[in-house]
Parts: sequence; C-alpha cells; structure tokens
Amino acid sequence: MINTKVTIAGVEFKNPVMTASGTFGSGMEYSEFVDLNKLGAVVTKGVANVPWEGNSTPRVCETYGGMLNAIGLQNPGIDVFIERDIPFLKQFDTRIIVNVCGRSAADYAAVVEKLSNQPVDMLEINVSCPNVKHGGIAFGQDPKCLFDITKEIKAKAKQPVIMKLSPNVTDIAEMAKAAEAAGSDAVSLINTLTGMKIDVHRRTFALANKTGGLSGPAIKPVAVRMVYQVANAVQIPVIGMGGIANAEDALEFLLAGATGVAVGAMNFVNPYTTVEVADGIVDYMKQYGIENLAEIIGAVK
Amino acid sequence: MEQKKKETAVVYRQTQRATGVYDMWIETSLAGQARPGQFISVYTQNQSALLPRPISICETDKEKGRLRIVYRVAGKGTQEFATYKSGHRIDVLGTLGNGFPLEEAKGKKVFLMGGGIGIPPMLELAKALTDTVSKDIIVGYRNNELFLAEDLKKYGTVHIATEDGSVGTKGHVLNVVAAEGLCADVIFACGPMPMLRAVKQYAQEKGIPAYISLEERMACGVGACLGCVVKTKEIDHHSHVNNARICTDGPVYLASEVNLEN
Repeated sequence: MINTKVTIAGVEFKNPVMTASGTFGSGMEYSEFVDLNKLGAVVTKGVANVPWEGNSTPRVCETYGGMLNAIGLQNPGIDVFIERDIPFLKQFDTRIIVNVCGRSAADYAAVVEKLSNQPVDMLEINVSCPNVKHGGIAFGQDPKCLFDITKEIKAKAKQPVIMKLSPNVTDIAEMAKAAEAAGSDAVSLINTLTGMKIDVHRRTFALANKTGGLSGPAIKPVAVRMVYQVANAVQIPVIGMGGIANAEDALEFLLAGATGVAVGAMNFVNPYTTVEVADGIVDYMKQYGIENLAEIIGAVK
Repeated sequence: MEQKKKETAVVYRQTQRATGVYDMWIETSLAGQARPGQFISVYTQNQSALLPRPISICETDKEKGRLRIVYRVAGKGTQEFATYKSGHRIDVLGTLGNGFPLEEAKGKKVFLMGGGIGIPPMLELAKALTDTVSKDIIVGYRNNELFLAEDLKKYGTVHIATEDGSVGTKGHVLNVVAAEGLCADVIFACGPMPMLRAVKQYAQEKGIPAYISLEERMACGVGACLGCVVKTKEIDHHSHVNNARICTDGPVYLASEVNLEN
C-alpha cells in the first residue's frame, strides 16, 4: 500500500504536491485542465487587504529555460477573495493555503484577521516578492525584520503560518532560523530570483518594471541547494519550489529535505504538470518499493 | 461548450506567404470548437524557450479538422515554427480568448480592418459574418506582399492600403476609408497598437462601436498568471481593479471600454 501522505504543522496532505503562489490563481482557471482533488494543496495567488492594480505591462518575458515576471501582486482584495475564491476551493477535497501579501505589518494583520474564521488550512506569508516597491521583500531580506513581522502575524493568525523566503539574500538559512525563532510553523522557498532582461532591438527593458522575478527550470539547482541548506538548519517543515517540471524534479526537493513541493512556472508551460508530478511520485515509490513517502524526505544527507 | 486543452497537432501543410510570413495548416481537434477572433498557444520544441506563442486563428476547416495560422517570424519560437514541414508534430493549447461578437454585425454595414499580422483573424471572421448588409474588408500592408488578400476576396469587398503606396491607397486602413468614402455601422479590427488607437478614435467620432483585438506578452494564456492585462475604463468583474486579462476576458474588446494609452 502506497502512502503519499505528508504532515506539515499538524495539517495532513494527501500528497506533497501543491501549486506555487501566483502561478495558479485560485485554481479556477486550471480546474479546466486538472482535477484539483488530486492535489495536496492549492496555494492561492497573494491577496492583500484591499485590491491591488499591479504593475504596468509588459509584465512577463521569456528567458533561457525560464521566465521573468513583474505582475506586482495584482489581486482583488481579501473581501472578494473570501466571497468568491474560498467557496470555489471548498468544493474540492484539497487543502487550501492562502498566500497573504501586504505593504505594511498592518496590511498583513488585516488579511490574517479576516481569514481567522475562514475554512483555510494554512497561511503562507509573502515577505519575499521582488516586484512591489514598498513592503513585500523589505520584510524578507533582513533577519530582524523577518523575525518581527513573523511575530506580529503569529500573534494574529488562527491557522498555521508558513513564511515564504526570498532567495535574494546572502544566507537563506539565517532567514529561516529567524522565522523559526519567531514561531513560524513552516517555511516555503524559494520565491523568484531578481533578474533583468534587455530588449536589444528596442533598446529598452523587456519588463515595464525593469526588473522581475526569475522562475522556471533555470532556477531549480539554486532552489534545491537552498532547500537542502534550510532543511538542515531548522526543525520546522520546509516546502520546496523552484522550477519543478516533473516528478523527478519534485523528488530532488523531497530528498533534499522538503516535506511539500510546489509547481510554479511550469503550470504555464504544461497545465497538467501538478497531476503529472503527483502520479510520477507514486510511480517512483512503486519502482523503488517505498511504502511511505515520509521515508525519503531528507534522505540525502 | 468549448473545452480548453493542450494536445499534439500535426502540420498538414506550410507555405511562406511573404517575407517572414508563414501560413500553416495543422490537424487538430481544436478546429471544431474554434471561433473567429480566438487564438491558440503554440509550443516550441526548444526547451530553452518554454512559454507558448499566442497566435490568432486565421481559418478553420471543421469538416477536415484543420486549423490555419498565419504568423510573422518575430523571434526564436516563430523561427522554429517556420522550419516545420508536413507531418511535423506540434503542441498547441486552445482554444483561447473570447472571439469577435458576431451578433453585433447582424443586419449592419461592417468594416473588417486588419493591419499587418492582424490581418489573419479577419479571414475566419469574414467567413462567419453572413447576415451583414455589407462587408468592407480593409487591410493594410507594408508593401506589395499581399498575403491573404485573395482569400479575403471570397468573403467581402477587399480594400488595400500599403505603407509604401505600391498597391491601393498609400498609408493605413483609415486612409482607405477616407479615400474611398466608405462608411459602416460597426467595426471589427486587429493590428498594431497605433492602428487600433486610430480606429478607436475614428469609431468615437462616428459614434459607432469598434471591436478591437489586442495582444500582449502572455505566459499562461488561460487567465491565471495576470501577465497580459489591459487597462479598463470600468472596474473589471474578475480582477476588481481596472485591469482585464487579454487572454481570457479578451483579446476582443469594445474599444471604448479599454485604455490604449501607455
């Protein structure tokens, strides 16, 4: 009997496969392609206390083996989200993790409080978006700031909290330790790497925002390395992401120490990726006679 | 109800139509559900170029299950597509977007305006518009390489503008309207942004609706990533801000409802 269940901060997931925030909306669009019941969790696009317009276009561009985005966390605000997106997701047998963004500690607190009586399983706190001018990543690049914001959120949150870490730091393990010390229940990593592309024909930046977040298979080795470092530095569970395109990629993260894995940019390339990863993990377990997926988490030391 | 899906299509035939402009018929189940003004996303085989290329649907042969795209080579993805021969397998995602509102043309005098690589969707549209009083198909080219002009003549009165004046009226689609004294009750248009801005202004002056098809850099093509947005006059029903997703809420918009300034 194959058991793909994993547990993160007391929450049980039918399998470790999730969606990376911002690449899957609230699941509506991709429910035309994949059965959301087959996913461990849907991690929603970041939502703030009020609607955000986001950045100007172009917001996305292709790069070698990946892409840059600078959406700027466009979102409809928490009230619409609670009214529309949560009921939609509740139709499915999958965990709901709501990604929360803000420009100030008060913004985050407002969202977290509104979610306190909602049927969501966990909160993922985006303190690592490279594409918004104020807030966001400012909280995620200094261990002291990260500690403080984590404390404030933990004081308000009714659900377990995942702090989402930025790779745009000197030592991501230090950041993970700060989140853990402040009471974070888990960490997820990596958010995108800050990058830039220049259009040589137009002699301008490819993105209106000039810089954007790099994602896709191009960043996977960086992500695996960081997940390994963080998993060995903290006791709380790690959710790994960064360029996962297939089950083998996801297994790298699990073996490096991630308890959960998320598919991001590759949803855009192949809308069936999440389910293919989940099925491929089962195939791998059968191939190697693994009964419990938990056995292989962090198996590579 | 149409179903969005990703599938492997087969190239039936590919022909070069003009400098850098290719005409590809593919065999795909998507042909049956495709509507005028919709698009498909086409994938490269080069795995360093991951994102699909959104390309408008030029024509369909629903009986034979074939779909036609006419595209301009603009980068490494389309360069690769241009090398494909009959029998080549090609991954596509579709059908995407809202398409043109055909019912708005019923019993009316219609302009179909296409500029450059915005011409191809006008063919399937011209085929589908059967209940009109008149169909003036006004197309603008760079020069005398008139791709699709012969195909369009089967479905309406074709008027040509060229930037270099080598064929038809010198200038753009609206120069033709002025030069030939044409008029319409409704406009359908696709083309470069300066042309669409001019069409919007013309429609506003005449007090007639113009349905314009927009393009933008896309990633997912299905409304999830929020990469391809256009500024809207009113708060959008889905986003709850003044942005609509071109891939799903568009690509066709009533010109008066979108902001085309930078």
